[in-house]
Amino acid sequence: MNAQQKQRFAFASIWTAAMLTMVLLTLIVGIIMVRGLPSVTWEFLTGTPEDLGREGGILPTILGTVALGLVALLIATPLGIGSAIYLTEYTHTSRLTRAIRFGTESLAGVPSIIFGLFGFIFFVNYLQMGWSILAGGLTLALMVLPTIIRTAEEAIMTVPQAYRDVSYSLGATRWEMVTTAVLPSALPGIVTGVILSFGRAVSETAAVIFTAGTALNLPVSPFSPVRTMAVHFYILAVEGISLEKAYATGAVLIITILLINIGANMLVNRVIAKRGK
Amino acid sequence: MKERAISIMLLVAALGALLALALITYFVFQSGLPLILEVGLWNFLSGTTWNPTADPPQFGLLPMIVGSLWLTVGSLVIGVPLGIAVAVFMVELAPPRLAQFMRPAIQLLAGIPSVIYGFIGLTILAPLLRSTFGGPGLSVLTGAIILGIMILPSIIAISEDAIRAVPRSLRDGALALGETHWQVISGIIIPTARSGIVASVILGMGRALGETMAVIMMIGNALIIPYSPLQPATTLTSNIGLELAYATGAHRDALFATGVVLFVLIMLLNGIATAFVRRPAFSRRGT
Amino acid sequence: MCWLAFALLLNACGSTNNENVLNITGSTSVAPFIEHLAEIYQQEHEGVTLNVQSLGSTAGVRAAIDGVAEIAMSSRNLDAAEAELLEQVVVARDALAVIVHPSNPLVNLEQAQVQAIFSGEVTSWAAFGGADKPIVLVVREAGSGTFGAFEELVMQGVPITPAALRQGSNGAIRQIVAEDPNAIGYISLGIVDSTVKAVAINGVEPSVAEVEAGNYTFVRPFLFVWQKNRPMSALATQFLEYTLGPAGQAELTRLGLVKGVTTR
Repeated sequence: MNAQQKQRFAFASIWTAAMLTMVLLTLIVGIIMVRGLPSVTWEFLTGTPEDLGREGGILPTILGTVALGLVALLIATPLGIGSAIYLTEYTHTSRLTRAIRFGTESLAGVPSIIFGLFGFIFFVNYLQMGWSILAGGLTLALMVLPTIIRTAEEAIMTVPQAYRDVSYSLGATRWEMVTTAVLPSALPGIVTGVILSFGRAVSETAAVIFTAGTALNLPVSPFSPVRTMAVHFYILAVEGISLEKAYATGAVLIITILLINIGANMLVNRVIAKRGK
Repeated sequence: MKERAISIMLLVAALGALLALALITYFVFQSGLPLILEVGLWNFLSGTTWNPTADPPQFGLLPMIVGSLWLTVGSLVIGVPLGIAVAVFMVELAPPRLAQFMRPAIQLLAGIPSVIYGFIGLTILAPLLRSTFGGPGLSVLTGAIILGIMILPSIIAISEDAIRAVPRSLRDGALALGETHWQVISGIIIPTARSGIVASVILGMGRALGETMAVIMMIGNALIIPYSPLQPATTLTSNIGLELAYATGAHRDALFATGVVLFVLIMLLNGIATAFVRRPAFSRRGT
Repeated sequence: MCWLAFALLLNACGSTNNENVLNITGSTSVAPFIEHLAEIYQQEHEGVTLNVQSLGSTAGVRAAIDGVAEIAMSSRNLDAAEAELLEQVVVARDALAVIVHPSNPLVNLEQAQVQAIFSGEVTSWAAFGGADKPIVLVVREAGSGTFGAFEELVMQGVPITPAALRQGSNGAIRQIVAEDPNAIGYISLGIVDSTVKAVAINGVEPSVAEVEAGNYTFVRPFLFVWQKNRPMSALATQFLEYTLGPAGQAELTRLGLVKGVTTR
């Protein structure tokens, strides 16, 4: 084969790969949506499950998902932004910062079942929280912390040095500089990371089952066990309770992720646009 | 002074991740290490029988280790060529409008919960494989195909960054010297982007090794050492996820011990990957 | 500042001793039936919350011993150590049914044959007059009450082959057997439905009637257990009485279980 033929072959393969990926995506999303959307009615979204989920809706699971996500973000966001601020504005590279970075990167790589194990031993049993929104939310917070730290750090680092210099020249303390000059500018980037972390919390299953439990009731307190949509989908699907409701729950999950991605992208585009100025 | 206090508070926040890692390591090891020491590390890792409720109980991890290995290798075989090809496509071959359209699509692929992937494997792929090849349909192959698709977005994203980072001068220079576009890609761009691509593969490996719920749904969970991809198998993760709810005493400790092995394995891999490249989260978007 | 609030929140909520909330944890086999009962009970009693969690017999028993759950469900008998610490009552009895795909011509198996199949001794359906297709075994995971009951009552010491597919719940086993013509598994009789076929063992049909007549002996108790010497909350006592009373028992038998032998 000469060079031209090789190129044609290579490019044909690459185009095939790209189209195959698109086809696979369409298939996966399509099957769930086509079989699931028809069952996603207002009653489905606001009703409670009956007959273990064969009938009725998924309101408790929606609430459970939101509750877990909120708790996780309420804990991880201040921690994450604080870490990012410290790492970027308050220190220079040192043994300590390297250790912190190592901790963050390692945490990012821990598999979800290990988080589930840890959350089960530590939050559910040792701290006696039982299977609860708190235990689940705390575990999820640890899982999304690295992402928030990473995105916040990058957002802060892209703030032009000029902003800081101006602030200092006006007599601001470091904290004042951070809160008035850096954070507002870095905010869209930070919020993007938070939104994406919420997506991660929505999709997570292994860690959630062993920390927040599987009870189908409407949560009444931070110590209530909850079932998230992802867990509900898993149980419906695996136990053959109702394929129809499984597909419907799956469709709601995909729509949620889609909305989260769209939100994050809109914010990122704002960041890019501002950077261009 | 207030500044001092703020500084300390921020330091405490920053130590949070480190503290969390330390806590996780401590508790998982504390629960799992004693059993490993009792059974003997070699016996634990090389034992072929897992029968935790027998009398006396047997804790052999080999089927799970092999299962994890098979599954991970399989998913890489499927995900890596596809992922690198798509990354090359996005940077070098795709018309800009198509790339713009594909990027959010790949993002969506990345965000789909793993249990949905597992569901597709369970309800669509497994019956297909069963009718085509016989056997139970729930097998290493089912898992490998689905996991391969699952790790695609990570491989694509990081490889794309690496490819994009190759200086245009290298590229344009070679083209000016009369090389075909493909020669430039295969001869210059991919080798230059090599470390980033390898990092993406290792990260994909970590993701495949760590996946639990989807694997439980698709792989059959038989406690054998599979010699063919059409056979069912168990992975380190799926065994923990399957048995944790009911396990007590030594059985539960053995599951934590499995967690220890998994933890060490993945930390090793992540360490290698981090040594290769540290990926900025923003650089790939918007261009 | 946020930390202080968080710590206060933790303290204020304290432990889950809300008298209108009852936590019932345990067996994944028992849970679906109790969830049904809980649904009905909550509809009849306003403002009451019954959290039924299916995380396993052993986890449930542990939770009862530790006081995390007030009532635990178990699909196996308590061992000596557990029985020291817990009160128990049989709320229902459940038969184990061996199931195959509806297209499978198999109607009856001797117990020895069941053992031969699940131990991996016999691997092809040809041994039973079928096509020469490999038998696909589907079982529960080690530690589950159903697994333990099957081992104890049916296998009686003959080990189950590691080549068997393991699933985390009876529902999952039923689903797989319903889809694979070569599959055979065991599930709770209470969840057998038209998607699978239950096989007679030693000539006896697995049915509620045969269990009550004492002919079908692969039966295990569904237990409620709770801490000894600990006063039960009013809600727990009421729910227990409901479950053991005529309404609860009628519902459980309607769902496919066998009436519990009520000894208190």
